[in-house]
Amino acid sequence: MDQTQNTSNKRTELQMARSMCWHCQSEVTGEYYCGQCVKVQPLSKEMDYFTCLGLPRLLAIDTAALEAKYYELSRTFHPDFFQSKTEPEQQISLGNSALLNTAYHMLKDPVQRAEYLLKLEAGSAKDIRNSPPADLFEEILELQEDLEAFRSASGDAKETDQYRSKLLVDRAQLEQRRQDMDTKLAGLFTKWDTIQNRAPQPDALRPQKDDVLKEMRELLSNRTYLRNILNDVVAAMEGGHADRRH
Amino acid sequence: MRIVGIDLGTTNSLIAYMDGQTPRVIAGRGDRAMVPSVVAMTDNGLIVGDPAKEHLVRNPARTVYSVKRFMGKGLADVADELKYFPYTLSEQGGVIRLKIGEKSFSPPQISAMILKELKQRAEAFLHEEITKAVITVPAYFNDSQRQATKDAGMIAGLDVVRIINEPTAASLAYGLQQRTQGTIAVYDLGGGTFDISILKLKDGIFEVLSTNGNTHLGGDDFDHVVAEVILKDIRATHSLTLEKYDDAMQTVRLEAERTKIRLSDEQTATAVIELPDGKGTYRKVFTRDQLEAITGDLIERTLAPCRRALKDAGLQTSDIDEIVLVGGSTRMPLVRQRVQELFDRAPHSELNPDEVVALGAAVQAGILSGDTQGMLLLDVTPLSLGIETMGGVMSTLIRRNTTIPSSAKEMFTTYVDGQTGVDIHILQGERELAKDSRSLARFRLKMPPLPAGVPRIEVTFLIDANGILNVTARDMRSGQSQSIEVKPSYGLSDEEVEQMIGDSFKFAAEDITARKLIEARLDAGALIAATEKSLGQGGHLIATDEIAAIRAALAALAAARDGADPRAIRARMADIEQAAHHLTATLMDDSLKQALQNKKLSELP
Repeated sequence: MDQTQNTSNKRTELQMARSMCWHCQSEVTGEYYCGQCVKVQPLSKEMDYFTCLGLPRLLAIDTAALEAKYYELSRTFHPDFFQSKTEPEQQISLGNSALLNTAYHMLKDPVQRAEYLLKLEAGSAKDIRNSPPADLFEEILELQEDLEAFRSASGDAKETDQYRSKLLVDRAQLEQRRQDMDTKLAGLFTKWDTIQNRAPQPDALRPQKDDVLKEMRELLSNRTYLRNILNDVVAAMEGGHADRRH
Repeated sequence: MRIVGIDLGTTNSLIAYMDGQTPRVIAGRGDRAMVPSVVAMTDNGLIVGDPAKEHLVRNPARTVYSVKRFMGKGLADVADELKYFPYTLSEQGGVIRLKIGEKSFSPPQISAMILKELKQRAEAFLHEEITKAVITVPAYFNDSQRQATKDAGMIAGLDVVRIINEPTAASLAYGLQQRTQGTIAVYDLGGGTFDISILKLKDGIFEVLSTNGNTHLGGDDFDHVVAEVILKDIRATHSLTLEKYDDAMQTVRLEAERTKIRLSDEQTATAVIELPDGKGTYRKVFTRDQLEAITGDLIERTLAPCRRALKDAGLQTSDIDEIVLVGGSTRMPLVRQRVQELFDRAPHSELNPDEVVALGAAVQAGILSGDTQGMLLLDVTPLSLGIETMGGVMSTLIRRNTTIPSSAKEMFTTYVDGQTGVDIHILQGERELAKDSRSLARFRLKMPPLPAGVPRIEVTFLIDANGILNVTARDMRSGQSQSIEVKPSYGLSDEEVEQMIGDSFKFAAEDITARKLIEARLDAGALIAATEKSLGQGGHLIATDEIAAIRAALAALAAARDGADPRAIRARMADIEQAAHHLTATLMDDSLKQALQNKKLSELP
């Protein structure tokens, strides 16, 4: 954990001390363009997505403001506006746009935003669960049995319908669990933001921050596990392929 | 530098430009903006567009249509739709080759012929050389199909500054004209492909939220089901198997298309086909209900992609503010009805569905050249991109519907001491297994010979604003970038494209002669007809030796017309004009006199 803090401190310093212009070697004073030769500058590879979009490291986000900033920066960096520029400028525009697009879509979605914050603050996004979380163990076991029965059901329509309705009940139950998780997650968001607002410096209130992050990591892992199971159920019932994410 | 916009369609292609802030299509002879995407290779050279369409029946084995369906494809991909294609297909390096006469052509070469025709049209109209273009592709085109389109542009001598998606192009034209804000769905059913795109329009930003489609579903398929009915009927009523006759098959296909089109406006239409071997004329009355019964399934197949696009955008049908229809096939009443039912809203059709894509391409060209300000298109990649991992599973790097440009990095290392390379297989698609996904390309990553796990090579997969993949690699230990040779699974190599560009210049001289010849012959035909008419009307007004001179000149022109020298034809035409000069003047005097005689004296000025 200490190591992460150190690198994140160093990162902030790097961003503060803006480097030289790649083109005219003068010190870059403008935000995205060189003040001397007006060439576009590459966004630092170390730049995090919050900084990229000019946001503090909080989990509650004004999505309208986020979108407005994204559109504004798109108008700054998009390759469309570098068509007649030099090859290096086109490459910078491409790289900056790709970073911006990833940053925006990562922050726009609350779950991905939280996962990204975990990665920034605690090194890794979440653990990949291979077994069900303890408090969901029985429900998931039951669902998996019903799912197996549904899948291996003979062509008999009545039998299939029976399993199907059973699955629907299991599914509704787990959907409810997921909603509970989302409520809990929202609570953790507020908790994080409160601490972060009080102590924005990375080192400050570190133990409290780490506690929230740990709780969040656990919850996100469970949530992903649950969602994959639910997707399997939906896919099995629709006869399509499971749409696994994360 | 001017950039034009080109809609390179399955059945028709168009070229458009920005006239100030207004996109306009460029019409050719006879005011037709659409150039049929048909190429005929006659003994006298290359013919493209409307005149080539006539060759479909006359010379089916040497006339290519719907070549877009072959772009970026291997032979196995198109196996089940070759019934109507009379020419021999083969495959070389993952690319289809069409054997026409003695020569072999790749689909990008044929497409390049269409692009050249459009380019020349624009050059004649704008009086300047055209070297840069935005070309549209179906949104659901994969990387290979996009690359093939770019290759076609290069072969035609065009710098393809941007490949953009057809439905998004349409939205640009639509948004520019209607000043719309909100969420729109663009339903684009063209000659060979279907796309649905959902966009958010706000303050000049056109943000694509999701896209879906089927690159193998369009007007051609409707024609084929109608043609099937006709073929079956002819077999039953006339005991004739038309599949044996290449020319008759084209006649049936074209008549099926005409019948389908007529049924969009009328309740019944009659398909009329002259049967081969003097078996008489076949007639069949189709009703619109019949057409809808046999094409209903095809239209139904467009609805699932619409639902998937909505789901990926996280939207309900009720979130869609407007629906825009694009593509000639959306003229079919049943298509409109089904779209209206799905979205519970009447679709828009203010813009000409045939032209709106080309107009949008011109708008994008204006954005790229800096002439059109305030608008920006943020498009997405239609298909997930990944690499094959252990066990033949596809590991996704960039998910479908990710805004482009987009990049993903992946670190590679070795498993064995001294291993000098790692093979990487790039895939595109939504399936979990590599074998079910589309193979895009392969490359070998060079590794420094070190103990296992020590080398660290970072590979960046970047999808650019054209939706085309670029791969770069960097050795993290040395910081050196590594050049990699990506071998496309279904594409021309750089050397082949170079070769084809060279060939196209070589053939360009022949092509120009061929074009001049065709035009001279057409003009000669018109002059012969006009002179014959004048002789009929005014022969009695001139001396007999004058008539003889005109007749001799006409015979000379007719002979020259059968030759292959356009200059000779033009010279004989000049002879006629000279020989018939007196006749023409006399006729004009005469008609003037008659006109005067028909009026009363008081009416004269």
